[in-house]
Amino acid sequence: MQLSEKHQEYWQRNLRMTAVLLAIWFVATFVVIYFAPQLNEIVIMGFPFAFYMGAQGSLIIYVLIIWFYARRMNQLDNEYGVQEGEE
Amino acid sequence: MTAVTQSQFFQQLKKYYTFYTGGFIAFVIVLAILEQMGLPPKWIGFIFLGATIALYAGIGIMSKTADVSEYYVAGRRVPAIFNGMATGADWMSAASFIGMAGTLYLAGYDGLAFVLGWTGGYVLVALFLAPYLRKFGQFTIPDFLGSRYNGNLPRTIGVIAAIICSFTYVVAQIYGVGIITARLTGIEFQYGVFLGLAGILVCSFLGGMRAVTWTQVAQYIILIIAYMIPVVWLSVAHTGNPVPQIAYGQVLQQVTQLENEFNNAETTKGAAEASARAAFKAQQDSFEARIAALDEAVAAGTGDAFLEAQRAEAGNPDDFAATTDALKAAWKKSADGAKGKTGPVSAHATAFAGKGAEAKARANPDATEADIAAAKAEDQEASNIKRRNFIALVLCLMVGTASLPHILMRYYTTPSVRDARKSVFWSLFFIFLLYFTAPALAVLVKFEVYSNLVGSSFAALPAWVANWSAVDATLMKIVDINLDGIVQLAEITIGGDLIVLATPEIAGLPYVISGMVAAGGLAAALSTADGLLLTIANALSHDVYYKMIDPKASTVRRLAISKGLLVLVALFAAYTASLKPGDILFLVGAAFSLAASAFFPALVLGVFWKRANYLGAVVGMLAGLGVCMYYMVITYPFFGGVAANQWFSIAPIAAGVFGMPIGFIGVIVGSLISKAPSLEIQQLVDHVRYPNLVGDIDTRAT
Repeated sequence: MQLSEKHQEYWQRNLRMTAVLLAIWFVATFVVIYFAPQLNEIVIMGFPFAFYMGAQGSLIIYVLIIWFYARRMNQLDNEYGVQEGEE
Repeated sequence: MTAVTQSQFFQQLKKYYTFYTGGFIAFVIVLAILEQMGLPPKWIGFIFLGATIALYAGIGIMSKTADVSEYYVAGRRVPAIFNGMATGADWMSAASFIGMAGTLYLAGYDGLAFVLGWTGGYVLVALFLAPYLRKFGQFTIPDFLGSRYNGNLPRTIGVIAAIICSFTYVVAQIYGVGIITARLTGIEFQYGVFLGLAGILVCSFLGGMRAVTWTQVAQYIILIIAYMIPVVWLSVAHTGNPVPQIAYGQVLQQVTQLENEFNNAETTKGAAEASARAAFKAQQDSFEARIAALDEAVAAGTGDAFLEAQRAEAGNPDDFAATTDALKAAWKKSADGAKGKTGPVSAHATAFAGKGAEAKARANPDATEADIAAAKAEDQEASNIKRRNFIALVLCLMVGTASLPHILMRYYTTPSVRDARKSVFWSLFFIFLLYFTAPALAVLVKFEVYSNLVGSSFAALPAWVANWSAVDATLMKIVDINLDGIVQLAEITIGGDLIVLATPEIAGLPYVISGMVAAGGLAAALSTADGLLLTIANALSHDVYYKMIDPKASTVRRLAISKGLLVLVALFAAYTASLKPGDILFLVGAAFSLAASAFFPALVLGVFWKRANYLGAVVGMLAGLGVCMYYMVITYPFFGGVAANQWFSIAPIAAGVFGMPIGFIGVIVGSLISKAPSLEIQQLVDHVRYPNLVGDIDTRAT
């Protein structure tokens, strides 16, 4: 089993995407928590911002991250010809 | 899978579960009508309990199997969306269903660590583990460790860690089953435990993963309906908006306003609160004075005479303290209880509030500028410690989520890598539905308590208050300490578990909805217990027996051993739960730290770093687990530890924050000081990285 250059590229792109999504996850979680007392000064629709993020906003971002990853990776599989056949 | 294609199978499932959901709703409506016609609540409880357990058993019996692949991974043909629901039920335990909203009610922002931690972990599952484990395609998590690191030692460490994490967790679930059964039907806790156990066993015993999967889907549907209906109702009642997750913003503002009023002694409500707090302060002082008198008597050698005098004064009750130490402990508890009521109301949305030292210093006319500055610094320090612990706990819960074997195992059951990725999305989506509702529920109930209960007269308390304080004083206790006949917030003591269970009554819904909520809690606890028991039994039967003791064992024998172990483990867990061990909540939290420290580094580096090898995995897993356990032992009182031993003031529940980095360092250092793994292992890593390769090896287990 020899990996072609194309295979290497697929893996590199996967790693890049993983890193970017992980960075978004990190900001949506830990940066927001760290600055929570300051961010709570901003109030939107009755919600202090950091409270809203902890209760709902970050959760929505998590769902979107996973949705995007699944969709994009499944596309990449086809693009690089490493998709699975129908069983 | 010859006769039915995957898409036909999916259509069939959709039809069954739509029909099932309709049937469940019809069942609830029929019970509601019967209730109106005079069916007593006790019967409604029995019917709910009996009908749901019979249903789960029925699915279990219909899914019985003698096929190894069906038993361990449900034949690997569970469609992404159904695997998502099953994972949701597997994931959401009694603690999520019943406890979470209560924690948020009591702790406000600081309770959100659980909401964030238990959802954000799925990002890690999606990005680092699920697709790769699916491609690897065996039966258990120790399987992966054993193959990737080429040895029985990594596999054995994996088995031990999986059992430690899962067992503490399953005991908590069975405990929850006992409590709910007892409350729903009025039978004793111990019998409730074993009744619930029977429900768990009929599912998993006959059909393994296959039965558990289809039961969990059914359980998810019940639990999400049960959670949503009362919240939506309450939201409509207070805001006219049927989407509580949006509507509670305005309610939160009203809550904040009321909090300010309670804390401002110049308003009527604030003055009443101040008088109640002063009464509690007097109570605290009186108990502390008595403790001082007791200490004096003991020091003078007249402790026993003092005890006798106190007993006589109290009118010789049977439950009076037998020793001076017990008397002191009882008084200390009363003093601390009263002390907890003397402070101002903490604001719901405020993050990492300090100790309030500054406000106290400012209120003191004798305080100098320096005193105030010192108090301010003290507040800042307390707030920083809270923030540090919050971050550490969120991290441990997230990484722990991505390391718990009973969750990871579920991604072996999808038909393909593609579906595994989609399935993580559906898993989090279904979990998210409940988790992003819990904060709304907490605020809505808080508003109800602050606006309606506070200020009402003791002569005419709402019915739900009277009912619940009669059931269990730890859940609801209310005393008129300042004797003004009016309820003040400081006079109410609420236990966290009350919030979800009492919401139907608070919202003025009929008893049948209370029964449904209890059935939802039961579904949450049973489904999680099912998944955990299967994980433990599979680790023992597949990894220990089949892979290490007798690799030539026949299929029949493997399944017989697996089922036998399942029953033994279940009985042992039920026995442990029936002893009502204390500290159960701590142990559940600890399971996340342990899983995070033991599994995460070795699993992730196993996929993302080809150089990781046998020695690295052994060193990393042992070091991670070791550091995590060591920290818990030196800091947690249950193990004889003391808080003074804490590093950076991190609470023992977040011990994984130390174990995890040590685990990563262990894998890296251990790998670098020994030989690179063989070519075959490197090929295995490539194999899991690509969903499909030409000339690929095959690692799927049969």
